[in-house]
Amino acid sequence: MTRPSGAVAGEGVVQLAVENVGKSFGGVRAVEDVSCVAEKGKVLSIIGPNGAGKTSLLNMISGFYKPDHGRITLDGRDITSYAPNRVAALGIARTFQNIALFRGMTVLDNLMLGRHVRMRYGVLSAFLYWGRAQREEVEHRERVEDIIEFLKLQDLRKQPTGALAYGLQKRVELGRALALDPQVLLLDEPMGGMNQEEKEDMARYILDVSEERGTTIILIEHDMGVVMDISDRVVVLDRGRRIAEGTPDEVQRDPEVIKAYLGAQKAA
Amino acid sequence: MFDWFEWEFTLSLLTNGVLIGLMYALIALGFVLVYKATDAINFAQGEFVMLAAFFGAVMLLSAGAPFWVAVLVTLAGMIAFGFGLERVVLRPLIGRPIVSVIMATIGLAAVLRGVAPLVFGAETRSIVMPVEDAPIIWGPLFISPIQLIGAGVAVMFLAAFTWFFLKSRMGIAMRAVADNQQVAMAMGINVERYFALAWAMAGVVSALGGIVWGSLLGVDVHLALIGLKVFPVVILGGLDSIVGAIVGGLIIGIVENIAAGYLDPVVGGGTKDFAPYVLMIIALMVRPYGIFGKRQIERV
Repeated sequence: MTRPSGAVAGEGVVQLAVENVGKSFGGVRAVEDVSCVAEKGKVLSIIGPNGAGKTSLLNMISGFYKPDHGRITLDGRDITSYAPNRVAALGIARTFQNIALFRGMTVLDNLMLGRHVRMRYGVLSAFLYWGRAQREEVEHRERVEDIIEFLKLQDLRKQPTGALAYGLQKRVELGRALALDPQVLLLDEPMGGMNQEEKEDMARYILDVSEERGTTIILIEHDMGVVMDISDRVVVLDRGRRIAEGTPDEVQRDPEVIKAYLGAQKAA
Repeated sequence: MFDWFEWEFTLSLLTNGVLIGLMYALIALGFVLVYKATDAINFAQGEFVMLAAFFGAVMLLSAGAPFWVAVLVTLAGMIAFGFGLERVVLRPLIGRPIVSVIMATIGLAAVLRGVAPLVFGAETRSIVMPVEDAPIIWGPLFISPIQLIGAGVAVMFLAAFTWFFLKSRMGIAMRAVADNQQVAMAMGINVERYFALAWAMAGVVSALGGIVWGSLLGVDVHLALIGLKVFPVVILGGLDSIVGAIVGGLIIGIVENIAAGYLDPVVGGGTKDFAPYVLMIIALMVRPYGIFGKRQIERV
């Protein structure tokens, strides 16, 4: 497989590639000519000061924004113009920066909704319910139970998600994304607003997903300690541009990165 | 002391109110289904019912079809109408402010009221159900068989849709779509398909509502006015609640019958028509999200 121009990475198999992608909103360039690749089974982190274009990039990958130029491929297939539900069906799941659970529903319902895309039976058999639909329902329920066990949510199955503590809601959202059986998992600040202990738990879960399921992970996170700990590769954005790319060690030593972060801190 | 109060009279007003109330609930259900899934307020719900009644009446009278055939054709016609409407008029409006959808339904209502007499004729037709006309006499109560059937159909469908939203995968997905379209899409849910399904379900409910209300009131353009009763019902019960549609329907049905029974002789009539709206205004002041509605909590 040819590597896209400008994208640099290690030696792994490219699963998701972003090639020279750009997006403006009414004259403001949110993302400018950014390229990066996520390797199969690895953790790629996207970091950068606020307003660097991290979430915009994620929104383009998951189909919410259509890039002005450039393209995005999954296993070599061009998914640039796909609607979000098609992107999800192809195996790219995501979580949101602000918790986006279905609040009136239970933890179990939320996770089962993650299975929706893998369910086959239609209106008629769903109304008739018995038979194939019934068997399928049981299979999906088992799959969801695995996730519940993995994330230690056993006691919360029937709880409405709106009533859960913040850290737990974040965990349920991870579970819902996992229920899609994704090949690529996009996590937008999964540890935002968490205390140290919760962050460590979440970091553990992310690593477990990566190692046990071989899921490719693209992570946006502000906590540098966590990012440097769990990432295989790091991409640094600043004001919509990619200013560095490499292993955590390389990125930390990069003068451009140091400048961007110190600059941001001075301004803050 | 209470010489103006008669038990048997009140009981018959109550019974009548409950039956009529359930029939209101059936129509309100069509409204709630659309609101739950798409957040849009369908101002053409009454016209949907009118259109369905015209379908039914034409099948029965002009085509001479048996009653059950007329019902099936009406159902099929209204499902097709729901799907078609979503595809042609409403889908292009996805992503626009909700007010555009509301305006589109108001426009649609006017078009349907204008076109229906052109197509079907202006005279009042009747839908005759294959049942005895004579009221069922049960103790002091006189119960109209048509109302009884209407209420029975309403209860059946209210139960079916409650199950659908609570237990079925598609119903839960539809709630997810209503809650947050973007997140639903990120779950791989085809949001447009669920919008279409909601409008088709509103078509089903309107078809049944059209036949029962059409056989009760007769079929002409004025049948669309039944849609106006939906607003006090859903404001009272909550725009997004099926249970609310039932309870709201019952309250409105009972209140307007009691009002007609006790106030009409005093004021000379007409209370039935405005009592529900008085109740609606009070509800808006006291509990604007309805008895069972979702209370929106905004964090500032």
